[in-house]
Amino acid sequence: MPEYPPWNADRAASIIEQYRHHEGAALPILHALMEAFGHVPEPAIPLIAEALNLTRAEVHGVASFYHDFRRDPPGRHVLRLCRAEACQAMGADCLHDAARDRLGIGWHETTADGAVTLEPVFCLGLCAVAPSGMLDGAPLGRLDPAALNATLDTALEGAR
Amino acid sequence: MTRVFVPRDAASLALGADAVAAGLAGTGAQVVRTGSRGMFWLEPMVEVETPAGRIAYGPVRAADVSGLIAAGLLAGGAHPLRLGRPEDIAFLAGQTRFTFARCGVVDPGSLDDYRAAGGLKGLARALEIGPAATVAEVTASGLRGRGGAGFPTGIKWKTAADATAPRKFIVANADEGDSGTFADRMLMEGDPFALIEGMAIAGLAVGATNGFVYTRSEYPHAIAAFERALTAARAGGLLGADVLGSGVTFDITQRVGGGAYICGEETSLLDSLEGRRGQVRAKPPLPAIKGLFGAPTVINNVITLASVPFILAEGAPAYQGVGYGRSRGTMPIQLAGNIRHGGLFEAGFGLSLGEIVEDLGGGTATGRPVRAVQVGGPLGAYFPPALFDTIFDYEAFAARDGLIGHGGVVVFDDSVDMARQARFAMEFCAVESCGKCTPCRIGSVRGMEVVDRILAGRDVDANLELLRDLCETMKFGSLCALGGFIPYPVMSALTHFPEDFHRPALAAA
Repeated sequence: MPEYPPWNADRAASIIEQYRHHEGAALPILHALMEAFGHVPEPAIPLIAEALNLTRAEVHGVASFYHDFRRDPPGRHVLRLCRAEACQAMGADCLHDAARDRLGIGWHETTADGAVTLEPVFCLGLCAVAPSGMLDGAPLGRLDPAALNATLDTALEGAR
Repeated sequence: MTRVFVPRDAASLALGADAVAAGLAGTGAQVVRTGSRGMFWLEPMVEVETPAGRIAYGPVRAADVSGLIAAGLLAGGAHPLRLGRPEDIAFLAGQTRFTFARCGVVDPGSLDDYRAAGGLKGLARALEIGPAATVAEVTASGLRGRGGAGFPTGIKWKTAADATAPRKFIVANADEGDSGTFADRMLMEGDPFALIEGMAIAGLAVGATNGFVYTRSEYPHAIAAFERALTAARAGGLLGADVLGSGVTFDITQRVGGGAYICGEETSLLDSLEGRRGQVRAKPPLPAIKGLFGAPTVINNVITLASVPFILAEGAPAYQGVGYGRSRGTMPIQLAGNIRHGGLFEAGFGLSLGEIVEDLGGGTATGRPVRAVQVGGPLGAYFPPALFDTIFDYEAFAARDGLIGHGGVVVFDDSVDMARQARFAMEFCAVESCGKCTPCRIGSVRGMEVVDRILAGRDVDANLELLRDLCETMKFGSLCALGGFIPYPVMSALTHFPEDFHRPALAAA
């Protein structure tokens, strides 16, 4: 997982410039900012608005509509666990309780040491190998308490 | 050098396929990464090319590699994990693979592989017969929208073809958000050129020169595989200013969604592509007349578009000849959740739900009795085993207050609490509602609260009556299928599993 750099208006402006001429550029810009900064920093909103000839409220409306666009930087690792039905059928709910207990955080929260952000996801398309998840983009299948703990060990260990 | 094939499908990766591939690469074999054949209880499944054809082994863990090599895997040698020829495995042998014929077989990054395995014949024929005959062929095939709505594809195409406009678009809906479904993901990771070819045929048929694929962000591997295929398609002359040397222009851009389930609804998807909040549009106007950026737009599911090359290459009768009732052709049935044989089974419509769950799926993974099966994603009904005679067909499921949707089948064993599943349906709707219409936006939150009261045993009968009434309002008053269909899982849980809703009152806190 990359360590994200602090806010840099020039970098943001060059990202926006790269996409602004595409039709319907808002989502590609927001994704590119997420990639660069790990979240969509608040000062980026007026820059996007100006580039796309929209109001700040409109850009805020778009950015806040989609679950993907975080407003705060994530931890050093992002663990996404699938909460949808196929994973429920294989005991995901219990597993998620255990994950939250061990990390001491709820959904969308980051551990106090900044190691792990826990995010719910509704389906990763890994429904035949449920329960599933993703650690920093790497898919995880047939999670059980042991596999989940090993995953958390890696995330918490690697973060130190 | 002996070639061995190791899937790079995301579900195979989730089971350790990369470590297996790395182990095999160190043995002198040439490792080719493929998609998956779709038998996930056998993944990671390794195949080796031998004079007698491919021989499969699985499920292979990284720790098994040295033993397999010692047993002569590179020559197809005997080993407890040896499965024999993949085509002879009953689960594969029983399928009618039209759309997924190449998935798990070819290198998804190689246009040459695609062509060698029969690809591009459909597009060549479409170029030969021209737009009108292409639309007629798709209409005659009986193909209906595989995203779930089941609208006849040929009619949609004809509407867009007949519209006069300076520009038109082809949009592939790869926002496969239904739990229990992964067909779009598998195809984009395993045979992405089929989607590209299907879109190029659609472009030719309706006179569109640009296509968009809207892929959900939860599918990073599909996004990457499709980008690789787009690059290869442009380099190989399948896309660009002169498609296959015909003088026709067609190109495709992939866009990534923002994690909003509602953007799988076609009009929300279009708003999202335009850079807006993914909110549902009222219809009419139909997207085929006024769609993306106001232009006539064919918006089809990935599987719909990927089914088209077969139809053009083999002719409409070959596709139309398979199926049941008004559901023609094949459907990739996706077996998921608590099931022994999880995977993708492409077959003509007409199997019974019981055959799908018990015979193909082998019952539950936990070995406990099946109690409920949700078909068609989070908006689909829960079926009890008593309804296992329901035929997998658009109309038969609708007749039993359900839907087949995108073909996902999620199995639950007898530990499931159906009142909690009803609660989840309302919660999901509340989280994912786009907010445009009141029945969905407010109704889902009220629905969650009502189910909570039922779960707590408070005024159960009165609250059940309220829940039924709310479901009626949502069903008939919502603008799109999210609020309109969420009553299906709720009401089916209530109808088929009433005992789960009559709970003792909890002691007041």
